[in-house]
Amino acid sequence: MEAESSAAGAAAGATAAGEGPTVAPLEVAYCGVCSLPPEYCEFGATVKKCMDWLEGNHPSLHQKLYSSEALESKMGTMTLEAQQKAEKDLAKKQQKEELRQEREAAKKKSSVITIKRVERTKRKYVTVVSGIEAFELVYKTVAKEFGKKFACGSSVTKSAAGSEEITVQGDLSDEILEELVEKYGIDEDNIRQVEETKKKGGSGPG
Amino acid sequence: MFKKPVSSSGKTKIKSSVQRNIRQKICEQFPLLEPVIDDVLPKKAQLDLIKAPEKISLYALDNQVLFFQHHNDAIMPHLRIVHKYPQCFPTVQVDRGAIRFILGGAQLMCPGLTSPGAKLPPPEGNIPEGAVVAINAEGKEHACMIGVLKMSTEDIKKLNKGNGVENCHYLGDGLWKMDSE
Ligand SMILES: [Zn+2]
Repeated sequence: MEAESSAAGAAAGATAAGEGPTVAPLEVAYCGVCSLPPEYCEFGATVKKCMDWLEGNHPSLHQKLYSSEALESKMGTMTLEAQQKAEKDLAKKQQKEELRQEREAAKKKSSVITIKRVERTKRKYVTVVSGIEAFELVYKTVAKEFGKKFACGSSVTKSAAGSEEITVQGDLSDEILEELVEKYGIDEDNIRQVEETKKKGGSGPG
Repeated sequence: MFKKPVSSSGKTKIKSSVQRNIRQKICEQFPLLEPVIDDVLPKKAQLDLIKAPEKISLYALDNQVLFFQHHNDAIMPHLRIVHKYPQCFPTVQVDRGAIRFILGGAQLMCPGLTSPGAKLPPPEGNIPEGAVVAINAEGKEHACMIGVLKMSTEDIKKLNKGNGVENCHYLGDGLWKMDSE
């Protein structure tokens, strides 16, 4: 009897710590593929990949969301007609996404990152890197990382054409090439090193 | 508000006096959040302001956006905060059919809030027009959208047509995907 009541007291004390009831934050796991709470993966275009990821990383949640009972009950109050329409739309969306990913992969193969050595004043150089967006790299992030790695000024600038590029202070063309290959896994064939000459040259890319 | 990826122009530190005001406004808007506000927004933490296009301010702590605000309108929570403290925000529920439209960034129409799978508060719990609400969905545990009521929940029941909730932030939008750097 006594043990029971003291246990109850402890439990009550735990919920009423401090002033009023405290609410512990809920820890929500997010999908490693599409970033949403996994229960919403089914509405995305990457649901197949999402399911595989969940099975490997949160098997119990995978079971909860994708077991046959769960799949049966989830349609809830939707009419059959609405369900079919939703499924058709989703299938279309997923097909589109697959095509998009294929296109992106093809684009990556044919894209080129340019590392350009530019002479600023006599024997002072900056190195300008452009084209990394095709490899899903973010200019700002990479600029910061270059700055840290090479302990030099490194910032995102705009090219004359208005596109983004990274300007690194110093002659670091070879080092950057190496870093792009080693750290970012970019194929050397997709990187081109060029030098900007003082003369105006008609040497466009290609 | 965040259909497109969020492009920010850097962040600035928020002065502690301004930070106090923001904190107070948040507590006024979401009284249920007050007991945990110290966990959400520790008094001594340095809040950063990230300016996004179209007069949108993002309030971030350690590079994670916690709240956002258009101009001087109501302050709204990032969905991550609502996922952590679901009981601290007024909530309505849409039916399953509405989910995919919400995740596509569409406005929330009244019928999605009044059908059998949806849930609105009872008359005595009426939420007024202009209030910030979290949107849950039929069969789901976590909220999928943050919005502003375009009419009170009682009016949504009565009129049952037109735009019921303005879609301000939804799972997978630019704010959700914003990379914390
Ligand atoms: Zn997913």
